[in-house]
Amino acid sequence: MTLALTPEELDAIRLSLRVALWAMACSLPPAVLVALVLARGRFWGKALLDGIVHLPLVLPPVVTGYLLLLLFGRQGPLGRFFAEAFGLVFAFRWTGAALAAAIMGFPLMVRAIRLSLEAVDRRLEAAAATLGAGALGVFATVTLPLMLPGIIAGLILSFARSFGEFGATITFVSNIPGETETLPLAIYAFTQAPGGDPMALRLTLVSVAVSMSALLAAELLARRLARKLAPA
Amino acid sequence: MTIEIEAEHRLGAFRLEAAFASGPGVTALFGRSGAGKTTLVNVIAGLLRPARGRLAVEGALLLDTARGIFVPAHKRRIGYVFQEGRLFPHLTVRQNLLFGRWFHRKAAHPTMAEVVALLDLAPLVDRRPAALSGGEKQRVAIGRALLADPRLLLMDEPLASLDAERKSEILPYIERLRDETKIPIVYVSHSIPEVTRLATTLVLMAAGRVEAVGTVEEVMGRLDLAPKTGRFEAGAVLEARVASHDATYGLTQLRCAAGELTVPRLALPLGTAVRVRIRARDVIIAREPPRAISALNVLRGRVAEIAAGDAAQCEIRLALGSASLLARITRRSLAELDLAPGSEVFAVVKSVALGDGPETVEI
Repeated sequence: MTLALTPEELDAIRLSLRVALWAMACSLPPAVLVALVLARGRFWGKALLDGIVHLPLVLPPVVTGYLLLLLFGRQGPLGRFFAEAFGLVFAFRWTGAALAAAIMGFPLMVRAIRLSLEAVDRRLEAAAATLGAGALGVFATVTLPLMLPGIIAGLILSFARSFGEFGATITFVSNIPGETETLPLAIYAFTQAPGGDPMALRLTLVSVAVSMSALLAAELLARRLARKLAPA
Repeated sequence: MTIEIEAEHRLGAFRLEAAFASGPGVTALFGRSGAGKTTLVNVIAGLLRPARGRLAVEGALLLDTARGIFVPAHKRRIGYVFQEGRLFPHLTVRQNLLFGRWFHRKAAHPTMAEVVALLDLAPLVDRRPAALSGGEKQRVAIGRALLADPRLLLMDEPLASLDAERKSEILPYIERLRDETKIPIVYVSHSIPEVTRLATTLVLMAAGRVEAVGTVEEVMGRLDLAPKTGRFEAGAVLEARVASHDATYGLTQLRCAAGELTVPRLALPLGTAVRVRIRARDVIIAREPPRAISALNVLRGRVAEIAAGDAAQCEIRLALGSASLLARITRRSLAELDLAPGSEVFAVVKSVALGDGPETVEI
């Protein structure tokens, strides 16, 4: 077994990284918004929203993937809307893989951000208001920097979850080499093919390396931030 | 009037129903914990919207529930120094100080240099809040509030979390603030020495209500309010001036409306105004001029009021010239000395607390 990667394997790795990064980046703004609403909002139906956000965490991934297929497939209501309004097609495309990954990682990201938001000292926000900061100013200069550790944790969790997403992806966008065949899907395909074991093992090592690096990076960042944000 | 406030609000079982008007200088909101001081200050800051209320600061109407006016906190230009400092942990001291300027760019006064000089902040500006002592944090918090160019400064027990040494380190800065800037200050405290030292106007609060408003001398000299200031600390405050120094014995003579007081030498020039607090429990009453007595201060006056409770002790207000002095004696002494309003008496003062320091001076 050699350690050099075949073009096919490299494709899978590149695709996985692209899918995971897009899923992570596009989840962030809505995740912050939902975390804000869940942590601070008081409205009827909050428990329902909380439930919906957490659904991908408890549903079998296949179910989530199938629901995505129904909603975002070519004939699905949302799928048709996105195709017509923005020319954005999800079905059997890498964008669909990113969508599935984003949905699966969303509850983890919201949870991490919400926890850090709840830990933000609201008395500091009141102090900022007395110094002339309006609601947006307080959020940008006090709340957001103080919840940064949670945001980073949320990003890493979402990235790791996206990088490893399997069930929802294969159900929603199938396994098309070069388009939707991410790393886990490629590993699965190799294990099913005769003589594919060395390739599966190599990709497994890559997977372990990427996940470990993400965790280490998160840990380092968290430590630096903890030093910086030490309570006064 | 500099500040006019009226507020009614209910927080659980606590009911705030307070109103006062006050002039420039330091307005001390004084009362025990739970009297509603912080709640009232939060109404002034705009951090709490009362069920009913009205607030005007230097002519600007900031709250009037009857007319539906509520200026939000960030538009009030009211600085707030909190008990716990509340510095932003993710910013340096310099960024904390300039925080208000990010939102109020036109403000040119006071300058960073002025505030740094006023509060001796130069060695601190590049540090982070976590690396500051409690006293330093409070100085930065004061500077941060000042740099937002406030029309009024609220200080909510800024010294309460500091030890005695740190307190005496910060007090001179607050006095400088009062004397050198013209910003009116509302100072919340439950400490009589702090209030005696700083207040221009004293607002006494108890159970969500304002019990009295006046000068420190007026409010502290009232017999009916003594239970509300706390029996142990109750006592009258006299405005005095340094009249002479006695180098031989290391003493200083003070002159006040009640007469002359002799205290251990003060390193203050002649004519300096000082506030002297004489606690009711440090006053002995005699019917005849005491002779051969070690106490230096014997003041002549008459009994003005007696608050006779059913406890062992009772409080008496003495009129000494135009000034008042409170005394606490036992009810037995009251009967044996046959004291009644109008009785001529001599007040022997065992010790006084001088307004320029929280410590009591024994004499």
